[in-house]
Amino acid sequence: MPDTTFAHPDRFAPRHIGPTPADQREMLKTLGYDSLDRFIADVIPKDIRFPGPLNLPAARSEHEVLADLRALAGKNEVFRSYLGQGYSDCLTPPVILRNILENPGWYTAYTPYQAEIAQGRLEALLNYQTMVADLTGLPVANASLLDEGTAAAEAMHMTEAAVTHEGKPVYLVDEGCHPPTIAVVRTRAAARGIEIRVGDPAGFAFGAGVIGALVQYPATDGRITDFRALAEKAHAAGAILTAATDLLALTLLVPPGEWGADVAIGNSQRFGVPLGYGGPHAAFFATREDFKRHLPGRIIGVSRDAEGRPGLRMALQTREQHIRRDKATSNICTAQVLLAVTAGMYAVYHGPEGLKAIAERLHRLTAILAAGAQRLGYRVVHTAYFDTIALETDAATATKIHAAARQRRVNLRPLSATRIAIALHETVGADEVRALLDILAAGRRAPDLDELAQAKSAIPAALARTSPYLTHPVFHRHRSETEMLRYLKQLEDRDLSLTSAMIPLGSCTMKLNATAEMIPVTWAEFGRLHPFAPVEQAQGYAELFRRLETWLAEITGFAGVSLQPNAGSQGEYAGLLVIRAYQKAQGQAHRDVCLIPQSAHGTNPASAVMAGLKVVVVRTDAKGNIDVTDLKAKAKEHQAQLAALMVTYPSTHGVFESAIKDICRAVHQCGGQVYMDGANLNAQVGLCRPGDIGADVCHLNLHKTFCIPHGGGGPGMGPIAVAPHLVPFLPQHPLVNLGHPQGAGTVSSAPWGSASILPISYAYIAMMGPDGLTDATKVAILSANYVARRVAGHYGLLYAGEKGLVAHECIIDPRAFKASAGIEVEDIAKRIIDYGFHPPTISFPVPGTMMVEPTESEPRAELDRFCDALIAIREEIREVEDGKVPRDNNVLKRAPHTLADLVADRWDRPYSRERAAFPSAATRQHKIWPPVGRVDGAYGDRNLICVCPPVESYAEAAD
Amino acid sequence: MSNIPADLLYTEEHEYVKKTADASVVQIGITDYAQGELGDVVYVDLPKVGASFGRMDAFGTIEAVKAVSELFSPLAGTVVEVNGALEGDPSLVNKDPYGAGWMIKLRVKNAGEFDQLLGSAEYQKHVGK
Repeated sequence: MPDTTFAHPDRFAPRHIGPTPADQREMLKTLGYDSLDRFIADVIPKDIRFPGPLNLPAARSEHEVLADLRALAGKNEVFRSYLGQGYSDCLTPPVILRNILENPGWYTAYTPYQAEIAQGRLEALLNYQTMVADLTGLPVANASLLDEGTAAAEAMHMTEAAVTHEGKPVYLVDEGCHPPTIAVVRTRAAARGIEIRVGDPAGFAFGAGVIGALVQYPATDGRITDFRALAEKAHAAGAILTAATDLLALTLLVPPGEWGADVAIGNSQRFGVPLGYGGPHAAFFATREDFKRHLPGRIIGVSRDAEGRPGLRMALQTREQHIRRDKATSNICTAQVLLAVTAGMYAVYHGPEGLKAIAERLHRLTAILAAGAQRLGYRVVHTAYFDTIALETDAATATKIHAAARQRRVNLRPLSATRIAIALHETVGADEVRALLDILAAGRRAPDLDELAQAKSAIPAALARTSPYLTHPVFHRHRSETEMLRYLKQLEDRDLSLTSAMIPLGSCTMKLNATAEMIPVTWAEFGRLHPFAPVEQAQGYAELFRRLETWLAEITGFAGVSLQPNAGSQGEYAGLLVIRAYQKAQGQAHRDVCLIPQSAHGTNPASAVMAGLKVVVVRTDAKGNIDVTDLKAKAKEHQAQLAALMVTYPSTHGVFESAIKDICRAVHQCGGQVYMDGANLNAQVGLCRPGDIGADVCHLNLHKTFCIPHGGGGPGMGPIAVAPHLVPFLPQHPLVNLGHPQGAGTVSSAPWGSASILPISYAYIAMMGPDGLTDATKVAILSANYVARRVAGHYGLLYAGEKGLVAHECIIDPRAFKASAGIEVEDIAKRIIDYGFHPPTISFPVPGTMMVEPTESEPRAELDRFCDALIAIREEIREVEDGKVPRDNNVLKRAPHTLADLVADRWDRPYSRERAAFPSAATRQHKIWPPVGRVDGAYGDRNLICVCPPVESYAEAAD
Repeated sequence: MSNIPADLLYTEEHEYVKKTADASVVQIGITDYAQGELGDVVYVDLPKVGASFGRMDAFGTIEAVKAVSELFSPLAGTVVEVNGALEGDPSLVNKDPYGAGWMIKLRVKNAGEFDQLLGSAEYQKHVGK
């Protein structure tokens, strides 16, 4: 009898895929099909269909895969790492760990585009921005960036945009910056034609062409320098000075904003976010008022709602890459919301006194360690430091010390053959310092901590912080766990996440983030590894990366994968760099034209510009497809310079274009490479493969197709997969050999991006197996077509393939209602909130329309509820068209409706309260109340406030 | 219907040109149609007095909540005055595009370029396209 006879009957795929086989048959019937395969055959062009099956391990159950991941985790060894470089082990307050990081109410939410159902995380992000602004001493902070290296690179790009310069710009970089930061900045600079000069800031000369400088405060070897004179020198020359810094150190040090820095960046990881072998973590970015319109990334701002109550939303969105396209100065389009929320809550939980106490204790332990080391004969290289010391000795002793450390499961950082850095952190106590002194004593008697109690502070008096921080009441109110728990729950309840309803966002793939996939993320063996721990301590991770890379290569039809890009936009940029590195090696470095279809997401042209390419736009025809004639003409016209085509497949409009192979061929014939944007890969898995279609590289949004949750607006992961000829050019890393000798530089601070969330995608693929994955794709396509068919006749629909079918998403076109009823897409979106759903993507890819992507995970009943809501809203619009209700005062224009609106004594609306609040039977069962009415974006953009407003402003609004 | 005054001249990019008391100086802004398409204007980035532009050079940018657009100089010339009121209240562009919402005054370099601008009827036809 084979073992499979005894396999547990519970399988994962039917848990992941919402519609049951019976539902699927009904849905197919609606579409006029009697089999899923016949239906799929009509959607996907024959010439690109992958015959299958995918060569992947057979599906395993949730418990089997968890056991497999346990075994992999067991191969990771969690040493005590004192390796620093922007990554410090820390203690995640359990109340935050369980109620945010491990809580689907927070991690399954989407980017807060719909402000009215995102007030909880918007407030949490405003706390984060306030914390960053206070600690750095700079008034304008964003809602986080990807990592410290890319944040430094963003500061350089902002400098380039804000400082007028002629000729080749020069950017100065402190040799005391963390090595990955320097590598990321160098890579970005090379692509943009910026010259980097790395050196000692004491010798920085702001001569011709110098646009700015980056310094590290405290430096990577622990040294604290007073940069006041440097700031004056930079400003006298019209240059911008950026400080890479450490939020915990800034509780004790004069903040960069007070000594003259224009920008402060860094990693907020040590505020309660696990190391995760490199991420995800939230990097911070703060600057002066003058540069607020140049600030990269997302900013949360305070505005007001339709009734004048305070309401938060994302501010100044016109800065962002999706709007500026090839004029953007950054391609960042996500944040690290979940981790920024965590870091902000760490500050809420501890408050300024708590943070200061943590910093003072840490500094004291560091000073004691330094005194002990000195007594043991080491030279403590710098006299001013916070939590990191550099020790000088002879090479033989250094070797001995590193070996002794390893014996005791401790990692120290070699700065050179004779210099050792030790970076302490929050989890260190007296025992750990004793152990370190024992290691340094190398067999001798180590001094007692009592003997070293006289050790003095090493914070220079001139740099001791005197200004207050975190004075806002939110950082003082939630000290008891009861209050903290309730605060977190209150905020969570203001938001709509996948725990309460479908989030049918086109192009975002809001599918199930299964619990089994999420559980391993916070295991210590995945969570507490330092990214630069020796690779032999991370053999479990290494094995997981190898398998996942192999699986992703099989799914995409490619030969090699880089897991380094930690967002989709990063994947685009990395993929283009790989193409450029390959072409350079072929003697084709002059190729710098990138073809991009008109319909492309705005991030594509922004990424192309970041990679040093010139964008040439290819027209889209009336059906939404790439105009093949125009593409061929432009490829030909730019034949000598053609570097690449960036193409999304299925198209941005959600259609399997039948000409895709022809398009790829045309680009290759003109010497270009094909970059495939993997945003829509959920329509391809198991049915067709980018590599087979003719692409040379594609990125994969693991946070879309492969189940990493959106985290309320990050983390994401954007690995790239490439054809064999591009493998040698995949990204590399300055501290870890990734085996790509001709690599295209470094795109993220950590070698494998946000490693700790890779087990999520691993678990998904392992639990679904080749058949489950393929079925998921088929059902995702079926569901989109089902929604399209159900709402057709009520709304116009845009674009379909040759057989009248869409791919995995559909575009609903309500533009005609503007003339007929004065109703715009935003009114419909806000009314959808009253029906208890997250609105679809609006105004992308076509302004004024809605794009719906149901994914395979939504059950048929939920699809029907959503379609019923859309149809009911169409009837509400008809009442306006028929003149039964005024065009400017109706249930759509005044949506969404809050509980406060409904119970107010005054009711001046030409519809009943009941209709406003309970438009469907489903809302009577389960009602999601938006805490604010429609938020006024213009008001907030005209009066930008991006830190917590004083409490009185809330009191005034209530009056 | 948007307001397209008969006595102004226009560009296809939706700027208007209004003559001032000084025959060599014109007032420039965006049309009522353009402000309606953009929606609530939140910021206008304008050049400094003394800056010079060629015909149809970008002289600034205008930002609404969800759109950003470049502003093009309908004529070659030098900026002699900038509407500082827009800094405090960019919504003037929405409320009164031809009056308080003006953007720059330009000393015209080459009067011959007036011929290349659209009249109100032509502009009407352009936006009605």
